[in-house]
Amino acid sequence: MPEVTAKYIFLATGVIAILAVCSITFYMILRGMPTFTIVGPIDLLFGTVWQPTAATPSYGILYVILTSIIGTAFAILLGVPVALLTAVFLTEISEKHLTMVIQPAVELLAAIPSVIYGLLGMMVLNPAIYHLEQMIYKNDPSHQFTGGANLLSAIIVLAIMILPTVINMSVSALRAVPMHYRSASYALGATKIQTIFKVTIPAAKSGIMTGIVLGIGRALGEAMAINMVAGGSVNFPLPFNSVRFLTTQLVSEMSYASGVHRQVLFTIGLVLFVFIMLINILLMKLSKRGEENER
Amino acid sequence: MKDSICTKKTRISDSLLYALIYICAASSVLLLVGIIAYVLVRGIGQINLSFLTNVTSVLRGTVGIAGNIVNTLYIIIITMLVATPIGIGAAVYLNEYAKPGRLVSLIEFATETLAGIPSIIFGLFGMMFFSQTLGLGYSLLTGSFTLTLMVLPLITRNTQEALKTVPDSYRTGAVGLGAGKWYTIRTILLPSAMPGIITGVILAIGKIVGESAALLFTAGSAYTLPSGISDIFSKIFSSGGTLTIQLYLSAQKGDFDIAFGIAVVLLVIVLLINAATKLLTSKFDVTREKK
Repeated sequence: MPEVTAKYIFLATGVIAILAVCSITFYMILRGMPTFTIVGPIDLLFGTVWQPTAATPSYGILYVILTSIIGTAFAILLGVPVALLTAVFLTEISEKHLTMVIQPAVELLAAIPSVIYGLLGMMVLNPAIYHLEQMIYKNDPSHQFTGGANLLSAIIVLAIMILPTVINMSVSALRAVPMHYRSASYALGATKIQTIFKVTIPAAKSGIMTGIVLGIGRALGEAMAINMVAGGSVNFPLPFNSVRFLTTQLVSEMSYASGVHRQVLFTIGLVLFVFIMLINILLMKLSKRGEENER
Repeated sequence: MKDSICTKKTRISDSLLYALIYICAASSVLLLVGIIAYVLVRGIGQINLSFLTNVTSVLRGTVGIAGNIVNTLYIIIITMLVATPIGIGAAVYLNEYAKPGRLVSLIEFATETLAGIPSIIFGLFGMMFFSQTLGLGYSLLTGSFTLTLMVLPLITRNTQEALKTVPDSYRTGAVGLGAGKWYTIRTILLPSAMPGIITGVILAIGKIVGESAALLFTAGSAYTLPSGISDIFSKIFSSGGTLTIQLYLSAQKGDFDIAFGIAVVLLVIVLLINAATKLLTSKFDVTREKK
């Protein structure tokens, strides 16, 4: 009898993950959808004016969505080359004992809480960016100075935060490339660099892609760190504009929002959720394809 | 000599790329060193016994994070009490009971998905479901339940990996001796998989310590200590901010000294947790090599 009970208890614990995903999806849709009829899908998704507390409120979240997309894209553009070259250094160039020191250091980078990244961003990055801003817009009276709290700062913080994810995935992908690929390339007279960029990296492509997609997911979902460095008003995502991401909009307004404003915030959550689910599906496709390649 | 085929021709593009690779690797490492050094330099002066053992109070004129430390411990303990059995159970089901099929791939899909959902979404869900629908409000319990969903994949996956390394001969041996499946799991499989399970648990604790976005709307931000022995249990139904939440709030208010003090405490915890997992995994590997 305990055997049967045990089996069903184990089954129940397994099903909890399914229940969790289903109820999260259910709640996100349930609470996020009503505004589509209250505000109207066009005004909501393509409106550019965010004035939820004005006398005639306006709930356009287009700039917020664009900020998340553009911020993530540039963080990837900035972070991925650095991460990939670091991974190349770790697997192809560095001595073994050096790798043994650097790789744990990279892993540690992933373990640092995001609020610490945010704090350092506020104290170190924002003043530096403000300096740059003052130099660029010295003679432009129409520019609204952000004090360094702008999209550019957020992109840099995001780029740093995705480093460990992309590095770790790329390292394991590069390590999985069989040694004889490299040997064959050397035998044909290729230099080490040529081998790395023409043979090893292309061979590790699918693993590296997985790392990049994971990085995109991480950047899209990051909330606290960029909330501390990106400024506090909804604007078109230009480098020196104070901006709000999907995530930071939630963090900073959820505490006081009420009525339709609150419901629109749930819609923002739903938009973020849809993006993340698309990324998840892409990830699973990628890893499935990777498994097929291995066979 | 110049025309000799023996001289090695160095390509400019090669040296350029080498330089780039070195710069990137160096900057990744320097970033970490820089972050740790900056936090330590700015925050270490803030750390003293009274900062760690007092609660910030205008009346008594004290500044401290004892309440936040206690809240963090509460959340770690409750979350792990709930998440560990569920996570291990799910892994045991997937690895030992289930036959490959629809249910297994569904559970694995769900686990993967949970791992990919960002913490702010968990926070939203926790607020909607645990706090509002179940009526738990802003409380340590709401925060812990929310984090349970978040760390579940971590524990399940690590346990699964550990169970996979247990040789099949152990299982057949146990069956041959007449042991039932549940008995085998209890006495042979789980003990053999213990290092992997513990690694998962420690990683989960690390994730909880560093979490902030999921707790902001679920556990709230109070920083008081339990008011007496009788309050120790009822405290879980009241609001409580962890170290990360207090760091965020202090930084927003401009109390950077307190923020950096908390940052030092967090960094030390994270470093310890990282060292513990490293130690465990290396120990695990050594015992496997001996065989």
